Amino acid sequence: MKLVTAIIKPFKLDEVRESLSAIGVTGITVTEVKGFGRQKGHTELYRGAEYVVDFLPKVKIEAAIKSDLLEQVIEAIEKSANTGKIGDGKIFVFDLEQVIRIRTGETGAEAL
Amino acid sequence: MKKLFRKMTAWLALLCMLGLNAVPLVAFAQDKAADAPAAKADEKKDAAPAKAEDKKDAAPKEEKKEEAKPAPTPNKGDIAWMLTSTALVLAMSVPALALFYGGLVRSKNMLSMLMQVFVTFSLITVIWCVYGYSLAFTEGNAFFGGFDRVFLNGTFDNIKGEFAMAATFSKNTPIYELVFVAFQATFAAITCCLILGAVAERIKFSAVLIFMVLWFTFSYAPIAHMVWFWMGPDAYTDPKVVDAMNAKAGLIWQWGALDFAGGTVVHINSGVAGLVGAYLCGKRLGYGKEAMSPHNLTMTMIGASLLWFGWFGFNAGSALEANGSAALAFMNTFLATACAVLSWTFGEWLFKGKPSMLGAASGAVAGLVAITPAAGNVGIPGAFVIGLGVGLVCLWGVNGLKKLLGADDALDVFGVHALGGAFGALTTGIFNHQSLGGPGLVTDWVTAKVGSTPIWDQFVIQAQGVGVTIVWSGVVALIAFKIADIIVGLRPTEEVEREGLDINEHGEAAYHM
Repeated sequence: MKLVTAIIKPFKLDEVRESLSAIGVTGITVTEVKGFGRQKGHTELYRGAEYVVDFLPKVKIEAAIKSDLLEQVIEAIEKSANTGKIGDGKIFVFDLEQVIRIRTGETGAEAL
Repeated sequence: MKKLFRKMTAWLALLCMLGLNAVPLVAFAQDKAADAPAAKADEKKDAAPAKAEDKKDAAPKEEKKEEAKPAPTPNKGDIAWMLTSTALVLAMSVPALALFYGGLVRSKNMLSMLMQVFVTFSLITVIWCVYGYSLAFTEGNAFFGGFDRVFLNGTFDNIKGEFAMAATFSKNTPIYELVFVAFQATFAAITCCLILGAVAERIKFSAVLIFMVLWFTFSYAPIAHMVWFWMGPDAYTDPKVVDAMNAKAGLIWQWGALDFAGGTVVHINSGVAGLVGAYLCGKRLGYGKEAMSPHNLTMTMIGASLLWFGWFGFNAGSALEANGSAALAFMNTFLATACAVLSWTFGEWLFKGKPSMLGAASGAVAGLVAITPAAGNVGIPGAFVIGLGVGLVCLWGVNGLKKLLGADDALDVFGVHALGGAFGALTTGIFNHQSLGGPGLVTDWVTAKVGSTPIWDQFVIQAQGVGVTIVWSGVVALIAFKIADIIVGLRPTEEVEREGLDINEHGEAAYHM
């Protein structure tokens, strides 16, 4: 099993969710986050005061999946979150040791 | 420009000729020159006693003309309008100004901003009824009023059920003095609240309260007295009493300065005090290094819009009657503000790259400030010029001028209110002239004759009023902030300031998310 974490542009969230549903991903967790990468921040001007905003708002999605879905999931996120402009985000892949469904006590791939 | 200059020259020449030819009239003409400009300053006081005396004196002499008429009763339309205006001006402070300022601070200081405005407003209202009104609007000397109306004594005779009257700008057209007291209370209170923007995010609540009592007493009340106190039109019964009546008015009113709704009294007064406060409090921790961006411009927009709404009461209400002067002030307030929104927005777009919501809201406030002294004192051409001009002037005020001054005037009270107020006060002196579409001013209160003062003369008079206000308010603010500093200290500790005033000074947080 794998845990896929992706940082994406907030307005791309719906497209990414749809593309993941379409290939059989049964659940994702979404968090609003802030950070910086190559895009860096931007400047904001309030009357005379100019501020550099270092951290840009992004959305982090996490999906636990069966290992054989990994390639498809990466491809789906890559396609749906892509705008071609700087700041599209990144995908991180982790090995996932164990999953437990709290209600039934099922474990492993059964619990996904 | 040439035409204008020629017109002015013609006016001057005409005046000189009048002075030379009408030798017997010279003395009188001089009197007029002195009184004349004293047109439309705002306010007044208990004309009721004065009126009663007139009647006694005048009746025997002019029996035929004036049969012993009953004392005029207030016009119900006037009273209804003034009560409405008073409530409108209240809404300018709470919630409008509080939200406008609140949206501009960081979220950790939101409640402190709201609290400072809310409580200052209440504090000044109470002081106003205890002694403030009396100090500002009763007979005293050229600087301060007296103590006749302490605790509003004499405004209402509860046994006879009689109400004292206050004069308006028309003869035999009084309003209830209590209405005038309430209307002016909202002015005093918002003026004090305006100062808070300059020292936002870094002043102790206790220091605010101490400062407010002192500054209100020694700056607001006397400036209001100097600019707005006069004996009312009914006191001018005869050319012989003109000098005596003028001598009883406030200093700046005697000079003939025009301030319809408070360019000097409200905006320059508070703007200068704010700048002094910004210097004395020092810069916010992290100023210039950390981002201090507004936490909620939506609230700032709501606040600015409500200010615009309430300002109709502020300016059109300052006519004190539901009449043509109120209509003119209303339209000018409407138009100049829209002009300033456009000029600030396009100016910012041009010079800074983007037209911002904060810029548009700031432009609206700048327009409102500048048209305040001018409201009923200029015509539509004046409103266009003042509105378009002040948007650019104040845009510079919060950029270039702010850098020059080097103070952390957090919410630009000086750059918008003092600068915009001065711009409005000075241009009022220009666009009041009838040749520039202005309504002119009453040159003789005995006959209520309307004319124009030469533009340059009026401009100089206006500048004198501006100058006195700047110096007076600056000195009083300096002393008042120093006293507050000695008693409780102006700044909270570094830790408190970093964590925010909301939690530490008020024990609550604006947002729970």
